[in-house]
Amino acid sequence: MTATVSGHRGLDLEEPLLFELDTPGVSGIDEPEPEPGPTRLGGLEREGPIGLPGLSEPAVVRHYTRLSRRNYSIDAGMYPLGSCTMKYNPRLNERMARLPGFADLHPLQPEKTVQGALAVMAELGRWLCALTGLPAVALSPAAGAQGELCGLRAIRAALRERGELDTRRVVLVAESAHGTNPATAAACGFKVEAVPADARGRMDRAAFRARVGADVAAVMLTNPNTCGLFESDAPELARALHDAGGFVYMDGANLNALVGRVRAVDLGADAMHINLHKTFSTPHGGGGPGAGPTVLSAALAPFAPLPVLWQEEAGWRLIETMDGARARGLSPFGRLSGFHGQFGVFVRALAYLLAMGRDGLRQASGDAVLNANYILAGLSDVLSASYPGPCMHEALFDDRFLKDTGITTLDFAKAMIDEGFHPMTMYFPLVVHGALLIEPTETESRATLDQFIAVMRDLALRARAGDQAAFKAAPRLAPRRRLDETQAARHPVLRWAPPPSSGASSDESSFRTAPLSSNP
Amino acid sequence: MRYLPHGPADRAHMLETLGEPSIEALYRDVPAAVLQAAAFPDLPDHQGERAVEAHLAALAARNRPAGAGPCFLGAGAMRHHIPAVVDALVQRGEFMTAYTPYQPEISQGTLQALFEFQTQVALITGMEVANASMYDGASACAEAGLMAQRVTRRARVLVSGGVHPRYAATTVTLADGAHEAVEVLAPDPLGIEDLIGRVNHETACVIVQTPDVFGRLRDLTALAAACHDEGALLVAVVTEPLALGLVRPPGAMGADIVVAEGQGLAGPPSFGGPGVGLFATRAALMRQMPGRLVGQTVDEDGRRGFVLTLSTREQHIRREKATSNICTNAGLVALALSIHLALLGEEGFTRLARTNHALAVDLATRLARLPGVRVLPQAFFNEFALLLPVPAGPVVETLADRGVLAGVPGERLWPDYPELAEVLLVAVTETTPPADIEALVDGLKEALS
Repeated sequence: MTATVSGHRGLDLEEPLLFELDTPGVSGIDEPEPEPGPTRLGGLEREGPIGLPGLSEPAVVRHYTRLSRRNYSIDAGMYPLGSCTMKYNPRLNERMARLPGFADLHPLQPEKTVQGALAVMAELGRWLCALTGLPAVALSPAAGAQGELCGLRAIRAALRERGELDTRRVVLVAESAHGTNPATAAACGFKVEAVPADARGRMDRAAFRARVGADVAAVMLTNPNTCGLFESDAPELARALHDAGGFVYMDGANLNALVGRVRAVDLGADAMHINLHKTFSTPHGGGGPGAGPTVLSAALAPFAPLPVLWQEEAGWRLIETMDGARARGLSPFGRLSGFHGQFGVFVRALAYLLAMGRDGLRQASGDAVLNANYILAGLSDVLSASYPGPCMHEALFDDRFLKDTGITTLDFAKAMIDEGFHPMTMYFPLVVHGALLIEPTETESRATLDQFIAVMRDLALRARAGDQAAFKAAPRLAPRRRLDETQAARHPVLRWAPPPSSGASSDESSFRTAPLSSNP
Repeated sequence: MRYLPHGPADRAHMLETLGEPSIEALYRDVPAAVLQAAAFPDLPDHQGERAVEAHLAALAARNRPAGAGPCFLGAGAMRHHIPAVVDALVQRGEFMTAYTPYQPEISQGTLQALFEFQTQVALITGMEVANASMYDGASACAEAGLMAQRVTRRARVLVSGGVHPRYAATTVTLADGAHEAVEVLAPDPLGIEDLIGRVNHETACVIVQTPDVFGRLRDLTALAAACHDEGALLVAVVTEPLALGLVRPPGAMGADIVVAEGQGLAGPPSFGGPGVGLFATRAALMRQMPGRLVGQTVDEDGRRGFVLTLSTREQHIRREKATSNICTNAGLVALALSIHLALLGEEGFTRLARTNHALAVDLATRLARLPGVRVLPQAFFNEFALLLPVPAGPVVETLADRGVLAGVPGERLWPDYPELAEVLLVAVTETTPPADIEALVDGLKEALS
């Protein structure tokens, strides 16, 4: 690679930190100084400067534009991340969420001034209930993990009411489950027990049946599971658990395979969160905001958290108090957010649902499954498929095809970057060795899938041919080569601080050098 | 179906490649009874963009946008002017449609922006480190309580009566898994509660808000010392981080954890979500922090770069032993906040804070002249509680009918405390023109006469 004076390489532009672009006294906003007048700060004025850098408006725009170009994105290319459902994010969703009648609503306005917004929440709720067959929904969970928490807390509340909370302490979790499942169950005070997978990649039926009993509160089951396989026994396992007095929490992370074709209620689910940012196309935003509305069975519905959306003669209301809920026969387990949940995400998801409709959603889930099977078939002879097809919306491979090459799944993934593809999910699920989990979604074209398959085949053949050095050196064409994650964790630098030579304030230098308090 | 790229020939070709007769055949692992049961008679079929727009625009038209007239609502959701640049940049597909930056080589944009965000949050809160954001202020507050329990290995969390009641309720709910030791004090409109006297060797932390929910600025210095004497942590909540442009940050008063709601500086209130939770602490406690962290490192060529780090705290590694079950954060809202702070800079941020305070002082002075009206806090930033001579709820409803959103009545936030029925929380920002202030003063005068 030819070195350049600037450090830039054509369109690949290096960009310093905001703090290194500081021009003291400059601001990107013309805010007039207020007239001098009395203050009422009670002697609590800030002392000394904050240290925020000054940049003009064009400097800010250039900074973030350059940064943005160092990101992969679904707008630019395929994101085959298994269990993440990276599908196209329609721009109409964005326009709708920005209507002043939605965006410029304060959450504590008088309810008579926000009836349209409450109607949006009700309409989204109707779609989610219809698509899953469950009668109620809690909209406020902010993300999938909070949706899991919502479901398990509702289950806990139901058990408490039955007087079984002290006896039912165990939550069964599939070995292949997302890490959030055991983390959530533990956060709700349950004891987590893993249920192994069988040779078919499904939850081991015998192990499950043997474990069902009076001490089991619930099972958390992802369907399709994280191997991309449908848990065919789910209705039967749910019946067994229901007969024994337990509940079924269905993890909705992989709902994209089922929408418009299979309802959670028919799989025996009592609760399931729905990641609006996966299945219903709202943007991931580089890590949020998401939303995780949680549908609930009739048995769990009374325990849904505050606020509860309620229709009365005068219109829609939000029930915000325990007393108000009890007066309506409800027993909320508490509340999960400051206001009513991720309303802006609700609008986007509803725009998507209206655009797709019943027929479009059914076609989308079918295309997602078709695409995954096309990849499975296109790669099965060169990569090692963990299970025979058909798969659902994602295809799972393991690293047997890399045996004796000295190349790991990670090396393989990094080589994909040089070919212009975002890597698939790696090393997850944990039930197979060196997992490569590929979820194309329905919004990738046949041409893109063909190119992806061609790239993966070529990489697999090169790996088998012993091109180890090239894989270890990948990526070479990205804005950065492999980053030293060990150093990052061993000597964490989590913020910028001025270099010592530039006259650092005592506050800044203490951050780096001072022994930071032994308290507590 | 404009979001789906396949034509009929594509599907036919792909099915032929697979040797499958139909897409339905790929669902053969699903029991037939389950497939047959799925019917959706009440759902409409797909619609074009104009039809969707018309449907949603009609719903939007049934709302009264806060900015359609005078608006003095705050209490945890603020309306600030968001520069055009902010929304233009966050709508770049490279930011908006990116995944969590698990592949750092092709995610440096998000990672560097979050590293800058963490630095900005640490600077304004007066703390040493911050994470890459939480869902919102309320959940950040709850996570702070849980973190204090982990750090101190104590169960008792004491929540001040000045903390936003919704934050307190969220904290109680989220702490209820393993511990049942959260004590929430009664609302404290007069700022007279005794927190110091309640701190003891069993206290994991005290959670206190400044400016508190009644708008009162609180000096945390003595409380922090009392907490530290007993080995407890002090958690400070800030629901209006613009205040930190003018008032002493909690970090400078001894707080161990600072959490805040950043929505007001990031974007419109959006009926309460999404927001963005800020979470900052001391460097010594960083490994106990929940949520994602971005750290600086170098690549193989020695060039500076950024990665997600200390992930051994997180659920995808630790499973049931994780510090928190959180998976996503509020990345794009954090980015919006960071861009706004970059535009403001030191000059803009502090001046905007002074503007807000000047407007609030002016408004408080005028409202205090109304007969029977008291401004409760002596010291405040851009929001304060009024005590009216009559219940505030009906006054707010009456003024709403005249187009004025007068504030948040006590009954809305504390329905269980009838003694707060006369409280009205009023907020003012740079978006409030002088005529709106006149409208509120005149409207209240009339409503109270």
